[in-house]
Amino acid sequence: MADQGTDHSVLLVKGLKKYFPVRRGFLQKVIGWIKAVDGVDLEIGQGKTLGLVGESGCGKTTVGQLILRLIEADAGQIVFRDQDITAFPPEEMKPLRKEMQIIFQDPFGSLNPRMTVGQSIEEGLRTLDEGGRPWRRKRIRELLEMVGMPPNVDDRYPHEFSGGQRQRIGIARALSVEPSLIICDEPVSALDVSIQAQIINLLEDLQAKLGLSYLFIAHDLNVVEYISDAVAVMYLGQLMAYGPAELIYDQPLHPYTRALLSAVPVPEPGRSREWEPLGGDVPSPFNPPPGCKFQGRCPLVEDRCRREEIQFYPVEDGRRVRCWKVLGK
Amino acid sequence: MIVMNQNSKPSPAEGGVLEAPKRTLFQENWNLFRKNRLAMAGLVVFVIFFIIAVGGFFLTYGRSPVFDPALVRLQEKLRPPLSKPNLETLKPEELPRLGIYLFGTDDLGRDVFSRMLQGAWVSLTVGFVAVGIAVIIGIILGGIAGYYGSGQISLGHLLASVLVGGGIIGILLGETAVGVLLVLLGAAVAAVLIRMGNSKGKGPIPMGFSVLFFNLFSVDVLITGLIDIMLCFPVFFLILTVVALIPSKIHYIMIVIGLTSWMGSARFIRAEFLSLRELDFVTAAKALGVSDWRIIFRHMVPNAMSPVLVSATIGIASAILIEAGLSFLGFGDASYATWGNILSSGKDFLFDAPWLTFVPGFAVLTVVLAFNLFGEGLRDVLNPKLKERH
Repeated sequence: MADQGTDHSVLLVKGLKKYFPVRRGFLQKVIGWIKAVDGVDLEIGQGKTLGLVGESGCGKTTVGQLILRLIEADAGQIVFRDQDITAFPPEEMKPLRKEMQIIFQDPFGSLNPRMTVGQSIEEGLRTLDEGGRPWRRKRIRELLEMVGMPPNVDDRYPHEFSGGQRQRIGIARALSVEPSLIICDEPVSALDVSIQAQIINLLEDLQAKLGLSYLFIAHDLNVVEYISDAVAVMYLGQLMAYGPAELIYDQPLHPYTRALLSAVPVPEPGRSREWEPLGGDVPSPFNPPPGCKFQGRCPLVEDRCRREEIQFYPVEDGRRVRCWKVLGK
Repeated sequence: MIVMNQNSKPSPAEGGVLEAPKRTLFQENWNLFRKNRLAMAGLVVFVIFFIIAVGGFFLTYGRSPVFDPALVRLQEKLRPPLSKPNLETLKPEELPRLGIYLFGTDDLGRDVFSRMLQGAWVSLTVGFVAVGIAVIIGIILGGIAGYYGSGQISLGHLLASVLVGGGIIGILLGETAVGVLLVLLGAAVAAVLIRMGNSKGKGPIPMGFSVLFFNLFSVDVLITGLIDIMLCFPVFFLILTVVALIPSKIHYIMIVIGLTSWMGSARFIRAEFLSLRELDFVTAAKALGVSDWRIIFRHMVPNAMSPVLVSATIGIASAILIEAGLSFLGFGDASYATWGNILSSGKDFLFDAPWLTFVPGFAVLTVVLAFNLFGEGLRDVLNPKLKERH
């Protein structure tokens, strides 16, 4: 759990916050804040996968970018291998860039259309200051083979490949610097189902072979269940539930987790749903009302939910749930 | 539940392009471009013009060129095109090289063909150098506005740059002592800014210095403001004013045209950078630890160049037109024959010697039209929205 880091944890995130200012008018006055990430705690163990689930706009991608220090956090700590990297200046961040990589959702925007596949992968190898051109060429071929691509495609351009192939190339680029943690930002959401399975299996194979840790961001619960060791459910910038994947899926506690699970299509006609799926959309994160973030759509909502900030209660089985009602507190 | 028992090798469903012949983006664009007949005609005219201009440089350059554009034969003035020279009154070295006056002679008996050759070279150089300057300024300013646009300019930055700028102007105007003092003062302010900026957050900034860090506006506001101010001037009259104040050398004219026509490319680059900055491949490069410099020039500029390329092609045409216009009004460089000043001196003999206006006029028309057609064809090819229609 995210309270104290265990010896084998790769990444520890504590109280991470990112507020984006909303400006208006001629003088660009700040009229309010969008609380994209509002106090998130995470922990990823060595060689483990943490699934981060939530609807669009809940701040999952922002969490990933904050961890990579692609955007600056407003508060909180990011601890990578016992180093607090939250305020590292760019020079000190540079060696750590090799340790953490990212895979993107959109296989069409993630590769530079004017670079060959080989050149794209080489960009990472260049930062290693290791070996000359022949070494890099050899390594590019190895990486392509590792992700299941023919090694001789390194001189081709991204537009000649399909979505799944591009995703493989994106993975090869991320692997080029031999990272230990990969942020997978919805890596299969843009692919069709059969290709999704292949990419997921590729990610699992690579994890087993290279001992990688993943932060697997997704909105698809099925995919996350399959690949994750632990799962965090996010809603409007806050974690609603956190725990081992089996528990989250088999005995969901939080009403939001239940609603998400009930929205998953059941491949069995006639089977009734245990809980009602949610209506409506995620409310705007701009100046939300006080109290529980989920109050507007929660079937169990009561006055107390609208009055006070709800804690992230620990449960005996190692889970955490941000709901006083289901726990009877 | 997704079927997860497939192995992780790619299936045929992932697409069979691997066997297809390799085609670069350039080849694809070229295939599209070839289908546009007008644009191809423009390209052909451009290539011919290019060859003539480069040839014209070598044939009219030097002390005793093959075709001498400045050779005066007063006894042979205003001869019509294709007329034969009078062998009795000319010295052998004064004879036209082709044996006839291909485009006739002007009011001083100079061979219009030779003058047109030199003018072609001048026009091409003016077009390319002016547009080159404009595109370089445009890429730098547009790139800064697009990539570092959210950076803030503080009172200290403004103070330092005004002092250094004022000092340099002072030195140029001859006030060396004052100028050097101002530059040193500006450098001192800059040094204070850098030192304080580095230690920011580690300790409080001493009173009095904090006013230097008062943010005035963003880099983006500064550059877009500059673009808008430059666009307010009627360019041709601005150039006319500047050219009237400085010596009328062809190099100055090129630079002045370049310095007044960079706004379009700066805007294009800025707009492209704003959208490219958000794309995943740029984020990926940042995550890999690629330097800002390399991200800008290796990843972003190549992807931002297509609209600039189009505007540059059309910009060459307008630079040629501006130079011709300046020469026509008498502000050009009189030591070279240019299409504009051939036209200008020809207008006095419009009814006696129409070839003096028709030949350069037609040349300007053809070249400018060719550049515009080529540029528009290029735009169609490089615009992905128009691509699907072909």
